[in-house]
Amino acid sequence: MSRIQTKNVSSGRVSDLSRDLIQTGQAEALPPWPGLQAQVQLPSDNWGVAAENAVRSGLRWAAVWGDHRPPAIQIFALLFGCDGHLLLQTHVSDQQPELPSQTPAYPAANRPERHLSDMLGLRWRGHPDARRWTRHQAWPADVWPLRREFDCQTLPPGPTPGDCDYPFVPVAGAGVYEIPVGPVHAGIIEPGHFRFQALGEEILRLEEHLGYVHRGVEKIAVGRDAAGLLRLAARVSGDSSIAHSWAAAQALERALAVEVPRRALHWRAILAERERIANHLGDIGAICNDVGFAFAQVQLSRQRELWQRRNFAAFGHRLLMDTLVPGGVAREPDAELIAALRRDGDALRTEVADLLPLLLEYPSLQDRLRDTGILRPDQARRYGVVGYVGRASNLQDDLRRDAPYAPYENLTIEVPAYAEGDVAKRVRVRGEEILVSLTLIDQLLERLPQGPLATPCNTRGRAVEGLGLVEGWRGETLAYVRLDATGRVERYFPRDPSWLSWPALEILLDGVIVPDFPVCNKSVNASYAGQDL
Amino acid sequence: MLRIFQRIRRTGHLTEPLPPTEREFAQLGVACQREIARRFQRSLAIRMVDAGSCNGCELEMHAVNNSYYDIERFGLHFVASPRHADLLLVTGVVSRHMEEALRRTWVATPAPKLVVAMGDCAACGGEFGVSYASCGPVSAVIPVDAVIPGCPPSPLQLLNGLLQLLQRR
Ligand code: SF4
Repeated sequence: MSRIQTKNVSSGRVSDLSRDLIQTGQAEALPPWPGLQAQVQLPSDNWGVAAENAVRSGLRWAAVWGDHRPPAIQIFALLFGCDGHLLLQTHVSDQQPELPSQTPAYPAANRPERHLSDMLGLRWRGHPDARRWTRHQAWPADVWPLRREFDCQTLPPGPTPGDCDYPFVPVAGAGVYEIPVGPVHAGIIEPGHFRFQALGEEILRLEEHLGYVHRGVEKIAVGRDAAGLLRLAARVSGDSSIAHSWAAAQALERALAVEVPRRALHWRAILAERERIANHLGDIGAICNDVGFAFAQVQLSRQRELWQRRNFAAFGHRLLMDTLVPGGVAREPDAELIAALRRDGDALRTEVADLLPLLLEYPSLQDRLRDTGILRPDQARRYGVVGYVGRASNLQDDLRRDAPYAPYENLTIEVPAYAEGDVAKRVRVRGEEILVSLTLIDQLLERLPQGPLATPCNTRGRAVEGLGLVEGWRGETLAYVRLDATGRVERYFPRDPSWLSWPALEILLDGVIVPDFPVCNKSVNASYAGQDL
Repeated sequence: MLRIFQRIRRTGHLTEPLPPTEREFAQLGVACQREIARRFQRSLAIRMVDAGSCNGCELEMHAVNNSYYDIERFGLHFVASPRHADLLLVTGVVSRHMEEALRRTWVATPAPKLVVAMGDCAACGGEFGVSYASCGPVSAVIPVDAVIPGCPPSPLQLLNGLLQLLQRR
């Protein structure tokens, strides 16, 4: 079973579903925004039924978000099938903001819907979990920060107390005990709370409580200009600065119908692949280190450092922040540095091709990684997990291949995928993705088109909205952007793939022993900042 | 196993002499090591606290432990608990949801203790500032001894900032 799986994408077709919805009178067709296969408007009462139809058609649920436009709240949900994306939209009144939940059909919608309850005051009929999610103690239950009338500068009267009374689901039984961990952890890592219920060494259940690094990203975006939005997008999750800034830039450019120069698109893709490689290098080392195999950590963190130094020399920032601007890229390396980028690629390919078999065949290491933290393919599909976590469980969706955007439409993208779904396969997928990315960078540099680095973006004159969808290193990364007629941001919603992989972590820990939690967690490496917003 | 040993031998020793252009930095390093030897029994224990970071600062904190920088050679090392720490290295604009956790971590750190705010967010609020969701810089919540600007500070800036603080005191 340890072989690369053949091509396999979310099975249903979104165009079939949208046609059915329209023909049966459940929805009205809308002209789809650029980048989408289809878009429909539904009465809010059909919101849940549409999700049931979608799950029956085998579509993957990707995101839900809302936008307060008094006196209504617009709600959007995105689905993915083998022919692309379908955007569902509906609206409710802000006085009666109630509609059916999609969570019964798609468990992945659980936390995103609760986020909308906390942030916009939406009420979901039939949602299985009435608890708050993003809100801790910083604002009361009847205040919703993403409502238009809420002032971002509304400060709490005094210090915010700790969130000590979050109602975790209790587990009872002889010998069952709880281990509370966090928000401040033991390693150099972001904050979050994990509540383990264990019996002896074995984890019976993990429940995550996140939201600790909620910085109000969606709210503080409001009022920014396009350049300011990209600066913020680069900092949604610092390890995904290109993924988020590219998604936001793409949303802006699609909304404004700005054509980005081909040369800039090549640079963006090169930056995105460099970001993928840097993170995979660091994480593979860290995963191995979590089971005591320091050799891999030393070797790979060395490669990562060299890679980051080149980022600085060629693009001006070790983590590539602020290299994208609306309409293109901020700068490009000179010919000498371009030659150096290619030499680096060759050197890294040799290193990784040498190291990877060593790690994948080393018995004491594989003994710890194989069969650890298994996410079965049916579970991955049910939860719509994306990126390498999905691919190790044969949910392959990769937008570069399956919904290609420029400049990937002219490239062949290999997507390594396996069916075992354990830590070992997540490591393997990531290792193989490094090699794929190196090939892509080579081709992108080889065929670098002539031309300018950016197209000027005129944001003034009319209100616009658009959606950006790119394949970040963690997986499908989305940004919704709406600008007013003066070019100021009215709404920004970045959906990090971590929204989909955090729930997967809870599932794949079933029956894992407590000491294996760190390696399982690292093998998923969901972002705290990216989901807390 | 043999392949691993061969690989280690081929990779060799990587820790670099400090860059020649940074003579001041090199002197600082030695002075700081002396300082740590005198006042901290040759080892300064650091506990990091992410109080609302984007994770960029953490990535660079990891980097100072790689073989090129190897911060431990100056006697600086990261510990798992604030109770073992001499210095809190705090990143991020302090989110209101982390405010109490940061305060408690500070209380749990035995005196005398140092607090360093790493990165623009922690130093001055950075891209996020003060809002319903964040308290702003670390100094709005706990006393801060030094700030290291940068978004994120590079490993050299981080090391430099720490060394300067130690020399100052
Ligand atoms: S200073 Fe920059 S890198 Fe550090 S947490 Fe803030 S935004 Fe992220």
